[in-house]
Amino acid sequence: MKSGFLTLVIAALAVLALGAVARSSDPLLVQQAVLVGAVLVLALVFAVRGTAKEMSNDTLAKSGWQGVAKKNTPLWVNEKYSDTVVRYGVVATAFWGVVGLLVGVVVALQLAWPQFNIEPWLNFGRLRPLHTSAVIFAFGGNALIMSSFYVVQRTTGARLFGGILPWFVFWGYQFFIVLAATGYILGITQGREYAEPEWYVDLWITIVWVAYLLVFLGTLFKRKEPHIYVANWFYLAFIVTVAMLHVVNNLAVPVSFVGIKSYSAFAGVQDALVQWWYGHNAVGFFLTAGFLGMMYYFVPKQANRPVYSYRLSIIHFWALIFLYIWAGPHHLHYTALPDWAQTLGMVFSIMLWMPSWGGMINGLMTLSGAWHKLRTDPILRMFVLSIAFYGMSTFEGPVMSIKSVNSLSHYTDWTIGHVHSGALGWVGMISFGVIYFLTPRLWNRSRLYSMRLVNWHLWLATIGIVIYAAVMWVAGITQGLMWREYDPQGFLVNSFIDTVSALHPEYVMRMVGGLLYLLGGLLMAFNVFMTIRGGAWDQQEDGGSTQQTDASAAPVAGAGAGNAAIA
Amino acid sequence: MAFIDKHKILERRATLLLVVSLLVVTIGGIVEIVPLFFLKNTIEKVEGMRPYTPLELAGRNIYIREGCYVCHSQMIRPFRDEVERYGHYSLAAESMFDHPFQWGSKRTGPDLARVGGRYSDEWHTQHLIEPSDVVPESIMPSYSFLAKTELHYADIAGHLKANAVVGVPYSEDMIANAMADLETQVDPDSDYDAFQERYAKASVRNFDGNPDMISEMDALVAYLQMLGTLVDFDLYNETENLR
Repeated sequence: MKSGFLTLVIAALAVLALGAVARSSDPLLVQQAVLVGAVLVLALVFAVRGTAKEMSNDTLAKSGWQGVAKKNTPLWVNEKYSDTVVRYGVVATAFWGVVGLLVGVVVALQLAWPQFNIEPWLNFGRLRPLHTSAVIFAFGGNALIMSSFYVVQRTTGARLFGGILPWFVFWGYQFFIVLAATGYILGITQGREYAEPEWYVDLWITIVWVAYLLVFLGTLFKRKEPHIYVANWFYLAFIVTVAMLHVVNNLAVPVSFVGIKSYSAFAGVQDALVQWWYGHNAVGFFLTAGFLGMMYYFVPKQANRPVYSYRLSIIHFWALIFLYIWAGPHHLHYTALPDWAQTLGMVFSIMLWMPSWGGMINGLMTLSGAWHKLRTDPILRMFVLSIAFYGMSTFEGPVMSIKSVNSLSHYTDWTIGHVHSGALGWVGMISFGVIYFLTPRLWNRSRLYSMRLVNWHLWLATIGIVIYAAVMWVAGITQGLMWREYDPQGFLVNSFIDTVSALHPEYVMRMVGGLLYLLGGLLMAFNVFMTIRGGAWDQQEDGGSTQQTDASAAPVAGAGAGNAAIA
Repeated sequence: MAFIDKHKILERRATLLLVVSLLVVTIGGIVEIVPLFFLKNTIEKVEGMRPYTPLELAGRNIYIREGCYVCHSQMIRPFRDEVERYGHYSLAAESMFDHPFQWGSKRTGPDLARVGGRYSDEWHTQHLIEPSDVVPESIMPSYSFLAKTELHYADIAGHLKANAVVGVPYSEDMIANAMADLETQVDPDSDYDAFQERYAKASVRNFDGNPDMISEMDALVAYLQMLGTLVDFDLYNETENLR
């Protein structure tokens, strides 16, 4: 009766939206409610159809039509784990991934040729938050939620806690994405990077996030293993830290309870540090700790090897979560933030290099004894590449946090390049690997539709990232040097606009890099879709991903030292 | 390995793991952020800072709405080239009433911390309508709809009140007169003495050159034209404020 519940929830939300419109004099709120209302009506149609289908299936089964019922037995009947919500998550991740990348290519196009701005709704200033949020929160967030739901069940031997609660988390999260995205297009924003949604969206996602924590923690409580597997430490730390960051950073006073606008509880310099304490740890916990949880489960599974070092994972975990939180002030070097805070941020950012590389080593060395698999397994190749990019961007980050380097790199495209080598390389690649890993297992297929397409995806994405990062280094350093260029008489050489027009070729190339990456994403979406439909396109050249089709197996028990926690 | 044995205590207790993780991640924030609220030298002593006028505040909200901060910083760093290009480096005091701060993180376009008074109102209006009319190589989108859109300010007093709640020194008088003050600031023929008494050095002009309507363009240009103009650097004592 899952769909019936869903129908009710959607209807309730629609009524709520209607109520807000009726009471509000805020034109933006009215516009958003209309947009969201349209989305809800669409969702309602699908939900009602789903309910009808489910009911007729139930009736058939009850009336003794075993033959029909058996033939149409859905995947989720009699499953050991609650995996349907994970299936939805896989599809949502692939969908939002493509959307986020597409918006990324559009904003890159706008920077190269401003004619592609369509005022007011599709101007760069509104689309850029849409791109960052779609990629980080819609794509990354769905990847985190669905993979954590999968991993926590496999490593605890227990079904997800909370009955309908995981479904509330999934749909609640999608609703959050719709609220945030429609808001950006209409110009509803707090003006805080990576925390743009306004106060009412913040409240909603807080509720959803608490439910997420309850599901995860509840499942841990139900576990049949004495130990909590290391991947779950990372997931848990990610969930709880993001909750803390989100709540503090979004403290605000709304102008009216039926209006969109709120004012931050903090001002100026304090507001800046709170925001970048949040902002950097959106990277540190959302895009790193959570994804490290993925690494600690899926890489050993795909390589069929135990995690390299149990001791290293303990050190990695505690050092990473302790040090990351301090790194925020490196976003505010040479600003009006007091020097002591800047220096503290720099020192901890450099120290952060160590646990980051500790984690990278732990991930990569997990392949010891299995390196030969890289020749035949494109999914494992994807995982290894993502860890390699993780290592590269966590080296580049500390370098850029050094004040003298930052004086050149800050405010330029170098930062943009750095973010993308982390986001496209690390976050993107590991999520794609996880999607490829999960799709055949979750839909009971013996293999992916095409391993050759996975390989194409891998290379398109890699070439795309390399172009993107290289071009942004050139752009960033060019611009940084041009800003501070003096002639022999002691005058500034370049006007600001000179430094803008100089970057046009780089901006075009960057768009090409992004386009290649998007193409890879589209191949993935197609591959996932065809795998779910069933069937295969190319010859299975090798073992690939699906030799171990037993999706319910616990993580690989290893012979290595100290693998008690994994067994 | 003793520490591994001890760690097993954490690995076997989900709640303890949760609580210890949370404690570990709070330390950094407490040490770095909390002192900023208590150390007196965090915000410099300056002359001239005042809250935004209602019109400027409305303009600032448009600046935020359009995402100007994704391409323009409002934070001049203390480097020779930046100070020569943009003016005196930014002080913490200059954003003490900014909820939220708008320092930005990327300069696809130039810094705007001291753009106020650098160009004429006509320049700003034309630049916002079609940037390439005044800067041919510009890659900024056009914002011509601002000149055609009437400013929504029926709830402006509420905005001042919310700011007062979070600590901006808007007086009762300012809140009560918010709507009238907004209308006064775009009307040079009005009696604006009381307004200027409430908001020192606020300029009263028709910012977008169209007297028929208070547009979003009026508000945004009013905001841009006051950026960085409040602090009196003749009276600013740099050595006294070294941190």
